[in-house]
Amino acid sequence: MSALPFHRRHGTRLALRYLIALVLVVIFVFPVYWLFIISFKTPDEIFASPPVWYPQSIQFANYRVLFKDGDAATVGNSLILASVSTFFAMILGTMAAYSLARFKTGGENLAVWIISQRMMPPVAIVFPLFLLYVWLGWVDTYFGLILLYTAFSLPYVIWMMRGYIEDIPLELEESALVDGCTRWEVLWKVVLPMARSGLFATAVFTFIFAWNDFLFALVLTRTEVTTYTVQVTHYFGGQSNFWAKIAAMSVLGTIPVFFTVAVMQRYLVRGISMGAVKG
Amino acid sequence: MSDLKITKLHKHYGAFHAVKGIDLDVPEGEFTVLVGPSGCGKSTLLRTIAGLEEASSGKVEIGGRDVTWARPRDRDIAMVFQNYALYPYLNVKDNIAFGLRARKFAEPEVERRVTRAAEMLGIAHLLARFPRELSGGQRQRVAIGRAIVRDAILYLFDEPLSNLDAQLRDDMRVEIKRLHQEMGRTMIYVTHDQIEAMTLADRIVLLRDGMIEQQGSPLDLFERPATRFVAGFLGSPKMNFIPATATASGVKLTDGTELALPAARPLKPGQAVVLGLRPQYIAMAGPTLAPGHARVPVTIELVQPTGSRVQATMPLGGTSIVAELAAHDVSRPGEKTEIDIDMTRAVIIDPETEKVL
Repeated sequence: MSALPFHRRHGTRLALRYLIALVLVVIFVFPVYWLFIISFKTPDEIFASPPVWYPQSIQFANYRVLFKDGDAATVGNSLILASVSTFFAMILGTMAAYSLARFKTGGENLAVWIISQRMMPPVAIVFPLFLLYVWLGWVDTYFGLILLYTAFSLPYVIWMMRGYIEDIPLELEESALVDGCTRWEVLWKVVLPMARSGLFATAVFTFIFAWNDFLFALVLTRTEVTTYTVQVTHYFGGQSNFWAKIAAMSVLGTIPVFFTVAVMQRYLVRGISMGAVKG
Repeated sequence: MSDLKITKLHKHYGAFHAVKGIDLDVPEGEFTVLVGPSGCGKSTLLRTIAGLEEASSGKVEIGGRDVTWARPRDRDIAMVFQNYALYPYLNVKDNIAFGLRARKFAEPEVERRVTRAAEMLGIAHLLARFPRELSGGQRQRVAIGRAIVRDAILYLFDEPLSNLDAQLRDDMRVEIKRLHQEMGRTMIYVTHDQIEAMTLADRIVLLRDGMIEQQGSPLDLFERPATRFVAGFLGSPKMNFIPATATASGVKLTDGTELALPAARPLKPGQAVVLGLRPQYIAMAGPTLAPGHARVPVTIELVQPTGSRVQATMPLGGTSIVAELAAHDVSRPGEKTEIDIDMTRAVIIDPETEKVL
């Protein structure tokens, strides 16, 4: 037993916890900070030794180059591909999930089969897909990638939304049916508002999946719909790496996700903790 | 014209036969209570009427129209659910207006009806609140408001009071009865609570094991039960059942007590029977023995005062019976006294068929 009074012991422990938390935050946030800082540095500062921990002046030359050369448009491509595919995956997935949850479509096994599709490693199908896409003329098109991302996100959306929908009290839907709603109206007026947190959380993860994709984008795009993840690799050269461009491009690629998550944070926390994952 | 007519209705859930051929006719304006123990099929029956469950076979007609295969929205019904079924993301006003808006009522009409329903239920001051800000009783009022705001042929209630505490339940029961009197609409109410059934119903439909055991007015069922099950289900405290043997003039209990029956019953002397006595029809021995009554000496075993009355337990005929006596009739266990049993109210049951003779 410590001889210290309770509040003193408590205070020390609290301080220790904050210290540990602080150290962890520094460890995890530093790379992000470093990325941002490099993107604002001049070439001299990037390679300076000892390192420049914070630049004397913030300069946007690195970004200006990206916009001037059109490289920044790849972030726009990523944005279009990720948002449109998320939109379709959410619509189709929610409808499918509703059907699985409420009409027991396909029994218990169909739902498991659907999520099992998610377990397939993408690399296993990327080359057959490439050949198929070449044959169909879909390589380097928005349509081709949106279709692919939508298809790839669907199992996850269906699985998650099924869990959220099953958590909605059935009486709410029955009451709406008696009150004069069709099934579609029930979906729109009852299920969607009730599953809003889950809907947003799932959409964010779906968006991030498409946003982060590298493999499909690398194989299936050329010049027209190059995504920012593929674009970044162009700056790793055989002779040297364009660190300034890499950093600036990465920042551009981080910002949309950062803001999406920041705006959705309230729903995300609730949505994730709603206990969506159940068998 | 009857507002609800059910013919030979069956409902199967896989191998489970929940509703086994029910025929029911509910006239316009009547308050019908479907009552029975859990698992008797009363909720399934109500949900089949609402169209939330599909009938396996049989016919459901509402307002003279065959709706057996109609969607819930096309049946012209309103329903109050056990768990209120309020939309947490809508305030009270929008909750009540939900059904009207789903049916595309003009907004001024929605406004007028919501206001009137809210006033009828005394929740006009709560319209801007959200369900989570309401007490259980208030939520139930909103749920009822959502149903009565509509002009339906049938109003269905699925155990609406079972989530409320006892005091609130009594209040809401009065409220529902008053609403029925004011609106004069046909209502079908499901409950497992026999007091709710007795107090609310114009007619009780007592279900057991997916079939109608007996139906009629509350007093009918209380005074003239058709089976042992009905006799035991209605009434509180429950009816006493005493094994006995028929004699030429009445019944003989296992302890030798002979009780005369005033009216002739179709009994063969020596036949085994069960004598059913309601606690309410047993009183302390008075100065004179009323006609049709039987006087029996007893020893009080247990005393449970309820305030105005006292429930006294005593041995009789090899079993324990309960009598509901006046508050100060008995005060302590062990007391030796005499009771008068109103044998005109006695029920004689065939132990084989469980039917009342």
